[in-house]
Amino acid sequence: MKILQLSGWLLLAEWRTRFGQIIVAITAIAMGVALGFSIHLINSAALNEFSAANKSLAGQSDLQVYNKQGFFDEMLYPKLAQYEGIKQANPVLEFTAVVSDKFHSKDHKLKILGIDVFRAASISPDLLGVPAEGKAMDSFADDTIFLSPAAMEWLQLEQDDTLFLNVGLEAIPLRVAGGLTRARAGQRIGVMDIGAAQWRFHYLGLLSRIELKLESNAQYEAFKDRLSKELDDNFYISEIADQEKRLSKMSRAYRVNLNMLALVALFTGSFLVFSTQVLSIIRRRSQLVFLRVMGFTRQQLLLQIITEGIVLGMIGAISGLAIGYGCAVLVIQLLDADLGSNFFYGLKPTIYFNLWDASLFFMIGLSVAVLGAFLAAKEIVNANQASALKSSHQDIAMNRAQWSWRALFCLSLGLLMTVLPPVFELPIFGYMAIALLLIGGIALMPWLALLVFSSLQNSVARLSKNPIILMALARQANASNQASIALSGVLASFGLIVAMAIMVLSFRESVDQWLDHVLPADLYISVADSGIQGGLRDDEQKIINQLPGFIRSDFFRVQPLTLDPNRPEITLIARPIDTLNPESTLPLTHDVIDPYQLPKDSMPLWVSEAMVDLYGFAVGKKVKIPIDGIWREFFVAGVWRDYGRQFGAVQMQLSDYQALSNDLSFNTAALWLDTQTAMSEAYTSLQQLPFSDALEIKQSQRIRKTSLDIFDRSFAVTYALEIVAIIIGLLGVAASFSAQALARAKEFGMLRHIGVTRKQILSMLAVEGFFMTTLGIILGFVLGWCISLILIFVVNPQSFHWTMELYMPWNWLMLISGIMLVSASFAALLAGRKTVSVDVIRSVREDW
Amino acid sequence: MRYLYNKRTILIVVLMIFCTAIVWAQQSETKRQYTSVTPNYTLTFPKDFGAHPDFRIEWWYVTGWLETNEQKTLGFQITFFRSATSHDQENPSQFAPKHLIIAHAAISDPSIGKIIYEEKSARAGFDLAYAKEGDTHVKLDNWYFVRNETGNYQTKISTERLSLQLSLNPTQEMMLQGKNGFSRKGPNIEQASYYYSQPHLKVTGTIKHQNKTLTVSGHAWLDHEWSSELLDARADGWDWVSMNLFDGSALVAFQIRGKDGTKLWAYAQQRNMNGKTRFFDTEQVDFMPVRTWQSPHTNAWYPVEMRIRTSELEWQLIPLFDDQELDSRSSTGAAYWEGAVSILKNQQIIGQGYLELTGYEKSLDL
Repeated sequence: MKILQLSGWLLLAEWRTRFGQIIVAITAIAMGVALGFSIHLINSAALNEFSAANKSLAGQSDLQVYNKQGFFDEMLYPKLAQYEGIKQANPVLEFTAVVSDKFHSKDHKLKILGIDVFRAASISPDLLGVPAEGKAMDSFADDTIFLSPAAMEWLQLEQDDTLFLNVGLEAIPLRVAGGLTRARAGQRIGVMDIGAAQWRFHYLGLLSRIELKLESNAQYEAFKDRLSKELDDNFYISEIADQEKRLSKMSRAYRVNLNMLALVALFTGSFLVFSTQVLSIIRRRSQLVFLRVMGFTRQQLLLQIITEGIVLGMIGAISGLAIGYGCAVLVIQLLDADLGSNFFYGLKPTIYFNLWDASLFFMIGLSVAVLGAFLAAKEIVNANQASALKSSHQDIAMNRAQWSWRALFCLSLGLLMTVLPPVFELPIFGYMAIALLLIGGIALMPWLALLVFSSLQNSVARLSKNPIILMALARQANASNQASIALSGVLASFGLIVAMAIMVLSFRESVDQWLDHVLPADLYISVADSGIQGGLRDDEQKIINQLPGFIRSDFFRVQPLTLDPNRPEITLIARPIDTLNPESTLPLTHDVIDPYQLPKDSMPLWVSEAMVDLYGFAVGKKVKIPIDGIWREFFVAGVWRDYGRQFGAVQMQLSDYQALSNDLSFNTAALWLDTQTAMSEAYTSLQQLPFSDALEIKQSQRIRKTSLDIFDRSFAVTYALEIVAIIIGLLGVAASFSAQALARAKEFGMLRHIGVTRKQILSMLAVEGFFMTTLGIILGFVLGWCISLILIFVVNPQSFHWTMELYMPWNWLMLISGIMLVSASFAALLAGRKTVSVDVIRSVREDW
Repeated sequence: MRYLYNKRTILIVVLMIFCTAIVWAQQSETKRQYTSVTPNYTLTFPKDFGAHPDFRIEWWYVTGWLETNEQKTLGFQITFFRSATSHDQENPSQFAPKHLIIAHAAISDPSIGKIIYEEKSARAGFDLAYAKEGDTHVKLDNWYFVRNETGNYQTKISTERLSLQLSLNPTQEMMLQGKNGFSRKGPNIEQASYYYSQPHLKVTGTIKHQNKTLTVSGHAWLDHEWSSELLDARADGWDWVSMNLFDGSALVAFQIRGKDGTKLWAYAQQRNMNGKTRFFDTEQVDFMPVRTWQSPHTNAWYPVEMRIRTSELEWQLIPLFDDQELDSRSSTGAAYWEGAVSILKNQQIIGQGYLELTGYEKSLDL
């Protein structure tokens, strides 16, 4: 009881004296937890919503049959409908159509499901439209569509309004016959009769999937095996769970990376807790040792300090959870669940507070604080009581040699991990390397600080006789442990900022250059697909080719393709490519076969980097992809960089494609202006085409700008992280300086007695702050640069399957360094002012 | 719970569509031009056993009495509808729902005291659902109603709750209703159908319900009727009865009731054991309620016991049991009574038949 009382009393007393620092440490923990938790909440809510939406589309079917080509012959439907063991077969035609009114905005696609209401009724009742009273036949009319509430809101349409959708070059009117009341919030879909959809949208004879309900006594696996043996290789049978896996896989790299970044922010916070705790212990050193002398056992003392950490961590973590939850709710309400990745576009999920996840983040926040306190407490607990009682002995007697060995071990282990392959397609080792680098770098601090400041002291002493500078340097050189502790926060946060800044800039520059390469023409026109055909046919191509003012036009055929049912679709691009000089059209990496050494007997295929990682399409290999339903062999002639399609893309000669598929249509054209024609003239002549309403005309400059805007938006979260890191870093500097200043009250008193003025002490503090921060910044820069290399060359290629060039954001880094430097010196000054104003006599007398 | 939910959804769709078929009659503007029913057409067989896709609506409707191997009596009803839609005829898609096939099946089991009812519908296409021309051949997934060259009908209905597999053999000539198969349904000459009946069909087969497979035999009545326009706008509903009398004679009678309670139209045909037929017109046919029964499901009053007068003859109808109501209000708002009845004359049971009472719960817009 007495111990408890004492413990509480000690705790309160301590906190009362350094309230400001406690708040800072709590804030650091809270911000880290809040950031991590809100990102986690938003992402998991979005994922849940996505899979719920997916489930409501797939309904209550047991299995779904898909084709790798996307669409397949409808004659499979009657076969399956009468297949033994199948109770109900539900044919579905799913495609996206372009909303005519929205054609010129970026967001213009509506997902449409063509269903047979009679078959869907028992399998996916959520997709049944609700027609107006007395108009039941609208459910299978040839000119009607049912819209989900989100689609109605988006399109500003109501029942009986007309919706125009583009099909190739024409716009077809559909009457809005009613709503889909059971669609998920935010889910934008339209449902129409499957027969009408096949006809109006040129998908005659085609289906996207067949959903199956099995007889109640059916054995799933056995049935699946039996059926897949009968279907040809292009078909695959999946369950809802498979699709969820696929979706989760699609966005996993993105989600994990965001969570990792949030954790890094949290661990930066832990260094801050560590440094405040250490400094607080140093200041109270004699007090704590006195407790030991009075009969406190080691365990009791350790417990006392750890309790401080626990309380700190609990307050920080709980407020972090609250802030994180609030932020997540706010983000969902104000924006949407898409944190910039476009995976969860337009979803309006509900944030669910999951106790398990919350406790996980709580535990992370708490353990970070406890760890900080524990590391700080270890030394004092083991200290020699007699010598520790002497107050001048404040520098921690750490075994430097031992610490630097550990640091070096961490660093080399980290280095080793950068060469390890990804685990489950995630850069686990990459992140571990980053963590080890941070820990190792910080652990190496005391040794480095000693080295730097002692040599600096020696060299400066020869040049300058300024007592303030000399005093500041002497202090840093001889009490380098304290200095380095103050630095750990600066180091961690500045390192993080540098790493992020380098990574984002490198990425942005690479994307910028890539855009230059992939958008060589002046104008691009694209057109909505009509069924499985691209929208531009022969006649329209001729008309476009004959337009005046253009010197060159290239036509592309772009379409999705499933190679592996467990992975998202890849993109197939067929376009004219100069085989002898492919880099003129493709943003090739260095991984290319000499065009003159291409085998004559096979067709060349250029693949994106993701294809190499995901499908093993290495240069020089012969690979197979399906063209028009038949698997054809190609020769991988080169690898190109693709920041647009994370799941892979391949490009092939247009002539090869047309020869194999008989599909002579296109959906994209690139146009080059001749020198006499102004952009506006070209625009006008395109707009005067008879089918111009269905054309999306874009200047390449515009596309560029939009792409970079999208890029910036996707990195908005990263920017938020950087800001948090800066704030934590600055808080760290302020906290450690004020702690140090308090601890050095006696030293300042002594200095005053030997004739140093208050002003000089303050200047000395500012100079100390300057030196320390400068070192922190330099080291942080090196550390950050190393981390950025890991991000660029390990984490990015392993998570997103693209590489990039390294670019350094010098200006920005200079600016941040300047801000850090000034504010750190200022913080040191401010912290000192308070201490120096204490009565001189008293501060010395304290030293008994 | 999930099962119920599914069931209800199916019901909603099916009945929505059934109602739709009914509503079309009133729509003056239909995209499709249907062939109209005219008095001077001569029914030709076997062609007219088959479907008539140029007409808007058509049905094959079997009702009858069965005795099980456990000596239990059951009533049964199986109907296959073909209904043309207003979907664009130009649509080349195989999925284009130009015709719907709808089937209803029900048994009346006195030991349960109510009707067991199943239904199904689909668009015609892909050989999964169709009504063929040339001879009776209607199919809806694994449900069918087929006539072969010898005149024998085979029908099958199969669900988890109720299965019927029956063979129906004619024992008499068919009956052409109205004027050589031209059957008027109202004061307006356009309100008519082509209509023939096949009374005294001998039935054998099996019924599966309540996890029991029963061998059954009995007799049935088949109606085949097709039309493009059926009911007068003033009509409220109809009463219809078919009778297989023990002496081999047969009688069919119906009346169309007006919304104002009057008799809009009525008709009856009697054929005695020698094959002699006698027709009765609106003036000569009366449906006279004897006892009404209130449905606990819909609160509607049905005249479940009736006396029917055809000129000087009088027939009394007594239901197998009262609750033979088919309640589908949850989906369409429509409910009707359709059940097995015994035919009495002078307090003597002289035959068995089926009575249909519509428009009692709510006026029927047909």
